[in-house]
Amino acid sequence: MTNTNKNLELEPGSQRLIVSMAVAGFISGIIIIAIYMLTFNTIKENKARELREAVFKVLPGVSFMQKLHFDDNKLVVVKSDGMDDEMIFAGYDEKGQFIGYAIQGKGPGFQDTIHVLFGYLSSNQNITGMEILDSRETPGLGDKIFKDMDFVGEFINLPMIKDIKAVKKGKKANDNEIDAITGATISSKAVVRIINKAFNKWSPRIPQQGNEPVLELDELKEKNVSNKTENG
Amino acid sequence: MATDTTAYEEMIKGLWRDNPVFVQVLGMCPMLAVTNSAINAIVMGLATFFVLVGSSFLVSSFKQWIPKQVRISLYIIIIATFVTVVDYSLLAMLPAIHKELGAFIPLIVANCMILGRQEAFASKHNVKYAVMDAVGMSGGFMIALFALGSVREILGVGALFGVDLFGANFEPWVIMILPPGGFLTLGLLLLFFNWFTERRRQFLDKVADAERAAVTGVDKNG
Repeated sequence: MTNTNKNLELEPGSQRLIVSMAVAGFISGIIIIAIYMLTFNTIKENKARELREAVFKVLPGVSFMQKLHFDDNKLVVVKSDGMDDEMIFAGYDEKGQFIGYAIQGKGPGFQDTIHVLFGYLSSNQNITGMEILDSRETPGLGDKIFKDMDFVGEFINLPMIKDIKAVKKGKKANDNEIDAITGATISSKAVVRIINKAFNKWSPRIPQQGNEPVLELDELKEKNVSNKTENG
Repeated sequence: MATDTTAYEEMIKGLWRDNPVFVQVLGMCPMLAVTNSAINAIVMGLATFFVLVGSSFLVSSFKQWIPKQVRISLYIIIIATFVTVVDYSLLAMLPAIHKELGAFIPLIVANCMILGRQEAFASKHNVKYAVMDAVGMSGGFMIALFALGSVREILGVGALFGVDLFGANFEPWVIMILPPGGFLTLGLLLLFFNWFTERRRQFLDKVADAERAAVTGVDKNG
């Protein structure tokens, strides 16, 4: 102990400083890689499950979903795990019949980007539900955009004939208006704006009724298998 | 220095007498940022607990091999590694909480309370004392976080741990869950803490005076 203390006082050479930093950095790197690899699958599964649950929530009656990516002016089915802004989700019932789309949109909220997912039925041009995938709105205030069930409920069976509008609570007069949350007007208006923007972006891209993308069979098989194992 | 106090005392001092928040006023960033609800405060406290105890243990164990000139960078490497472990574990196990605390978990690295304990205590004491000190300090930090978080949630939302307390007629004091409410509550808590400490000191002085008077009185009579 006294020996090492003396060594410390003797001003260790820069070589020793570099070596100790390098060793610490190396060990730290290994630990970080280990924890990343250990948690990677759980984190990926969590995210995929969250997304699937969100799609099933905004599109009632859906049993299967597949991802559609907008490439070269048409929607193509993708099976990758990734997700980007040019992607929407198609929902199908248990027989594989098309039900509707779940469209995602992003935009600035009060504090940070809000990521919204909403269900849309092209058959009657209704929004069937809305879910916030990601947001950092003020806890207790702005986070009512997903905690306040009255507000979330406004987006169930909301006709999407023209742009929707958020109005002060109780002032709702038209079909395309929804009540904003008292005290969280900015967040409510942000959600409405994001939905309008995403809808206007995607509605020209959605194929004519009857031309909806078919649920690809191996997806159906795969889901059936996983359903069976879940049941078993 | 470590010989004249017991490990138990090292732990207890962090909870009250040397409380990192109320006395040392350290770690203010997470203190003000995440305490808008009681549950956030508790999870932040637990994350800080894990990081502080882990890094104090390592710093104290390896203190002979840490050259003085690069000690701060080495402490930061150790702390940052623990923080990354906490970050990924929370993301995997409690994604909902991680969503709320999000940006503040990586910021634990910059919590001066943790670096301060390495520099002031763990690097100079045995592993046992260092760990006890870390347990006490993070315990005190958690108490302070919880005090602030519960006051702000009760007044600002009218709930505690998300359970409604006052019914529908309660008008929440919204400013309390916004940043100004954090400063206000912290200031009031510090005021209360210092007032209480001062009162306690005066009381103890009085008791000591009375005892002394009694002892001298007895002596005279005897």
